[in-house]
Amino acid sequence: MTTSHRRIRVLVAKPGLDGHDRGARVIVSAFRDAGFEVVYTGLHQTPEAIVEAALQEDADVVALSILSGAHMTLLPRVKALLVDAGLGDVLVTGGGIIPEEDAEALHAAGIGRLFGPGTRTGDAVAYIRDWFASSARASA
Amino acid sequence: MAAVAGPGAAAMSDPEGIRSLAERCGAGERAALARAISVVEDRRPGFRKLLARVAGRGRRAHRTGITGPPGAGKSTLAAALAGHWRRDGEEVAIVAVDPTSPRSGGALLGDRVRMAPLQLDRGVFIRSMATRGAGGGLAEAVHDVIDLMEGSGFGRILLETVGVGQTELGVAAAADTVVLALTPEAGDEVQAMKAGLAEVADIFVVNKADRPGARALARQLRDAVGLGRRRAGHGGDSTAPGWVPPVLTAVATTDEGIDAVADAIEEHRRSLAGSGALEARRITRAEARIRAEVRAALEAHLGRVAGGDGFREAARNVAGGGATVYEAARRLLAGGSILSGGEDR
Repeated sequence: MTTSHRRIRVLVAKPGLDGHDRGARVIVSAFRDAGFEVVYTGLHQTPEAIVEAALQEDADVVALSILSGAHMTLLPRVKALLVDAGLGDVLVTGGGIIPEEDAEALHAAGIGRLFGPGTRTGDAVAYIRDWFASSARASA
Repeated sequence: MAAVAGPGAAAMSDPEGIRSLAERCGAGERAALARAISVVEDRRPGFRKLLARVAGRGRRAHRTGITGPPGAGKSTLAAALAGHWRRDGEEVAIVAVDPTSPRSGGALLGDRVRMAPLQLDRGVFIRSMATRGAGGGLAEAVHDVIDLMEGSGFGRILLETVGVGQTELGVAAAADTVVLALTPEAGDEVQAMKAGLAEVADIFVVNKADRPGARALARQLRDAVGLGRRRAGHGGDSTAPGWVPPVLTAVATTDEGIDAVADAIEEHRRSLAGSGALEARRITRAEARIRAEVRAALEAHLGRVAGGDGFREAARNVAGGGATVYEAARRLLAGGSILSGGEDR
């Protein structure tokens, strides 16, 4: 009798040019403490590199920290590349300074919830848990 | 190595799903290998059948373990070595193991940060693994993951893991060649390990050798290796006879000394292969894994036949005069096959 040890795997990446990864580091610790396996890829990641890492790591979730203002290009790009790679079932979520109307537009484009400054990390954890529980990946 | 079809969301428990996943792995499809690793790592239904289909296939990769204390630059060294082999046209798979937090069960897997130069190279596959339940520094499934990578066509496999004390032995069990990375600040540790050092590693690398103390540490290491070499190496009879672990210096961030490390690994590989020690290592490794699997199956069997009320019911029967202790025990042992438990054991 072998018990399965499924864990939620989250890739945390920091695309673009800004060099602030404090927020990313906080969320990485929170995810680890929530029992997730967190792959952190570091600063200055291109969408192509993020998606290739998500593929190799079989990540369930890609969480992006974006403070540069380039969210309207970066997030859809990552999502499109994931779909191209056959990974359309991976959740793309993230955090940073993202105006409400942008978040709505991104949501319509298949991006998950985006968390602004002052978010409690517990909210992001709960969001990912809930998403995973109802996703096809949970039974894959 | 295109990833067009994607891993698919279908449950992998059905034989069809496992078969097609295995075929895609064998064809070198990266997304399939990634999913197969998850199936095996999570011990999902069908993982043994998957391994049977992907692992082996006559393919033989050379397995290099890189271990050492935290901060020794293992990830950077692994990346530099992978870069060296890529320039030779070899395909490289890397398994980077980090500890699971015992409190939360989660893990921070951060080795990719130091491997950024490799991330878009289609000839490199990097997988981060948490140790999960396993004691020591190695994940339980790490052998299986390496087997999958080998079966997917990678000729070079790098296993990177924190090693302090006993955990090096786990790396030695999984690797053909063990590289121990140290920094110039590690003098005290070397003192503590002294004569035991030669049992730990096939190659020593003093990394960050642009820092003060590198030469002194290298000298110390050479003395210690000379002392310990009188006895058999860490693998007992599976160590290449006459192999004296070289002590090299490197600055992995600038590739300085990396060619020499790669040459030493190659020389060790040849020395193992030429003496028959490589085969001996594989046999030793397989035996340890078979024993572990049989032990696990026996424990699971015991849990099945005697778990719950099994013992209590047998005891009532004995107490009521329905059987002797020995008959009850034999009945429990005979109850169901040991092989009936795992879905595909």
